[in-house]
Amino acid sequence: MTLWEIVIIASLACLALKVSGYLVPKTVLDRPATSRIANLLTVALLAALIGVQTFGHGQHIEFDARVPALLVAAGLFAVRVPFIVVVIAAAVTAALIRAFL
Amino acid sequence: MRRIARSADDSAAIRAGLAVGLAAAAYGVSYGALAVAAGLDIWQTCVMSLLMFTGGSQFALVGVIATGGVAAGPAAIASAAILGIRNGIYGIRISPIIGGHWWRKLAAAWVTIDETTAVASTQGTLRSQRIGFWVTAAATFIGWNITSLIGGLIGDALGDVRQYGLDAAAAAAFLGLLWPRLRQLQPIAVATAAAVVAVVLTPVLMPGLPVLVASGVAIVVGLCNLFGRPGVTSEPPRLSPAPASHAHGVQS
Repeated sequence: MTLWEIVIIASLACLALKVSGYLVPKTVLDRPATSRIANLLTVALLAALIGVQTFGHGQHIEFDARVPALLVAAGLFAVRVPFIVVVIAAAVTAALIRAFL
Repeated sequence: MRRIARSADDSAAIRAGLAVGLAAAAYGVSYGALAVAAGLDIWQTCVMSLLMFTGGSQFALVGVIATGGVAAGPAAIASAAILGIRNGIYGIRISPIIGGHWWRKLAAAWVTIDETTAVASTQGTLRSQRIGFWVTAAATFIGWNITSLIGGLIGDALGDVRQYGLDAAAAAAFLGLLWPRLRQLQPIAVATAAAVVAVVLTPVLMPGLPVLVASGVAIVVGLCNLFGRPGVTSEPPRLSPAPASHAHGVQS
């Protein structure tokens, strides 16, 4: 599989999922299990990505500047600081720690 | 839209849309830089922003490729797609307010993401919902694609993106998407378990797979409705945690 194939297949899959929302009947969401699983899938995948992005380094677990950066982000989200400010603050935190430690 | 008929509702929808679009655009730079650092070329980086156009999935794919390379392709595609399911759910809810011919719905589907859904669903009237949707769509689409390109171009020049904390920015961005969904015990339990499973499996499985296996937690908990109240969905139909003026708490 080439990088181009990965990019195109994933892009078309995401586009198809968007279009499918306009094609399926609204009653799909009436079944509690369906919408529950769909919503929880998003939650699980995001949490898993956060875990891997924060602690993973290739196939190793590593505690580095990303951990305090994520804690800063969590604290700022908790006090309702706007998204983009939090993302920049997390990047700056990690960058400063790496520059000075 | 006719200038004479613009109401306070319409102006509020336009302001919200532009603010959300601007925030998303600022964040496109880090996507572009990380994509190039992961090994994508500038064309692949831009095609993803044009065609996929959903930031969460784009970051997920780039993250898996960064650790696992092309060999992790199937896991990268699956991660992007699973994270893209929510856009389909947004489409079910947004479809009634779009109206018009199939080509308009197709265009709307393309730009049905966290940002557009959050702005549209927090407006008071049908008219301002439509205005909010399309203004946000235009601002986010134009901004996101331009800044992805800029990020990709400067990413080459930056060298090690970790030096600028861009890897931490990606984790913080995922946290920002997750945060408004953590208001009940069930999603909090699923998030905690999924994060632990993914991290614990990282040294054991090939890159990309830990994240997919961890998402299985959602299927088990969802099917059995563990930690939830009977018949109650884990997520309220309201998408944005705050009024439109704070809608930039939700990102794609």
